[in-house]
Amino acid sequence: MSAADIKLPNAEQLLNDLAHKIEPLLQANTALVGIQSGGAWLMQRLLVLLADSISTHAIEHGTLDVSFYRDDFAQRGLKSETRPSQIPFDVDNKHIILIDDVFYTGRTTRAAMNELFDYGRPASITLVALVNRGGRELPIAPQIVGIDVPLDAEQNLQLLQHSNGTLYLALQPSLSSTPSSTIKTDSHE
Amino acid sequence: MNNPQLDQDGRLRHLLSIEGLPKKILNQILDTAESFVGVAEREVKKVPLLRGKTVCNLFFENSTRTRTTFEIAAKRLSADVISLNVNSSSQSKGETILDTVDNLIAMHADMFVVRHSQSGAAHFIAKHVPPHIHVINAGDGRHSHPTQGLLDVFTIRKYKPDLHNLRVAIVGDILHSRVARSEIHALTSLGVPEVRVIAPKTLLPAQVEKLGVHVYHDMKAGLKDVDVIMMLRLQNERMSGAMLPSAQEYFKTYGLTQDKLRLAKSDAIVLHPGPMNRGVEIDSSVADGAQSVILPQVTYGIAVRMAVMAMLAGGQGGGTQS
Repeated sequence: MSAADIKLPNAEQLLNDLAHKIEPLLQANTALVGIQSGGAWLMQRLLVLLADSISTHAIEHGTLDVSFYRDDFAQRGLKSETRPSQIPFDVDNKHIILIDDVFYTGRTTRAAMNELFDYGRPASITLVALVNRGGRELPIAPQIVGIDVPLDAEQNLQLLQHSNGTLYLALQPSLSSTPSSTIKTDSHE
Repeated sequence: MNNPQLDQDGRLRHLLSIEGLPKKILNQILDTAESFVGVAEREVKKVPLLRGKTVCNLFFENSTRTRTTFEIAAKRLSADVISLNVNSSSQSKGETILDTVDNLIAMHADMFVVRHSQSGAAHFIAKHVPPHIHVINAGDGRHSHPTQGLLDVFTIRKYKPDLHNLRVAIVGDILHSRVARSEIHALTSLGVPEVRVIAPKTLLPAQVEKLGVHVYHDMKAGLKDVDVIMMLRLQNERMSGAMLPSAQEYFKTYGLTQDKLRLAKSDAIVLHPGPMNRGVEIDSSVADGAQSVILPQVTYGIAVRMAVMAMLAGGQGGGTQS
């Protein structure tokens, strides 16, 4: 399947759908956590879309950059740009809604869960993904999904942001999207 | 030109001196350190990046603070750490540096943090080790102390984010100071427009102007309107012969007191790499005063050292990930 054959869904529409699906979960003691960078954008937008429920229940939020927890660090090292994780609330006993843009192997989610547990012991974690592209490699799956878009391994679907802040999905050159299990280690290893 | 600090793809392989490091790498170290600052404020002050790696602190010269902060940095990255004060062990029995290093490699060390009184010691070890082993210079003679230079710049950036608009004065024993050299290289590489050095002629290296600094011998003129004052320690142990009349005399002329601090901008910050000689290069009221960022330097030093170790230990680095 080439990129031209796929009609990509409208991210803004999916975001609205997600907001409706998430709303019933919001209660006191819930917190939203977005995974950098796409998940963090989604979270910022959800804060606006769900502003009424969020202020009613005084729902807190934060972001995670899972670079320091990735299982492919030994092969790939740090990406050139990391952002500080910001979890400005007590994670203990919180119901965390963890937000990612594209769910793929499950390795990012695993890294994010490991990092969250270094902040405290959450009461629960619910995984939300805008798109589930299939291809998971771990027994981890999102509970709330905007849409399922099955893709081949060489296809790299990313959530991107227009300069006006609106979000869109695009297929990018595939090199960096290869599942980590098939990455070749370089000659230094 | 072959730069021993970078691999063939331009990624950091060893950290030996700030001289010769591209601005991009310097910025990457500082930006990565930013992410590590928060790790120390969490319930679990550890990330798993260096899990299963062994870091060897090889200290041929004593330094409690530097060794401790490197140890803490490595431990917060989940590495196993071994600290050796080599002057008190094998070297006194006649073992050469490279024999010591080879023995530790045989024990599967992955990274060496090296402090030595001889300039070039870390380069010497870096040239010797196989490709998968990384070397960090933690101070070599009068030559270089790159992580100190980096943590100083990191601290400055925290308080004064716009480096392109700063006037920085480095005061004291420039001649014997590897810290000063590293600071000067870091500041000028990152675009600080005006770096001054203030010292008596006897404590300035020949042709110091070639490093791109403005030279002052008088605190009054040198401190006027600066944003940042970086004090240096008077290196008693490196001082041979009579370069100075006395510590009291030095304090009178070059010691940083409240009166002299008032010559700088009112929001100027004061740094010192430690250990301080109170009443020699800096007055206690300044060291403990509101403008002092000497203890934040220590805290940020851990994050900067974590960033360097993480960048060295990662297989390839630089790639984007999804």
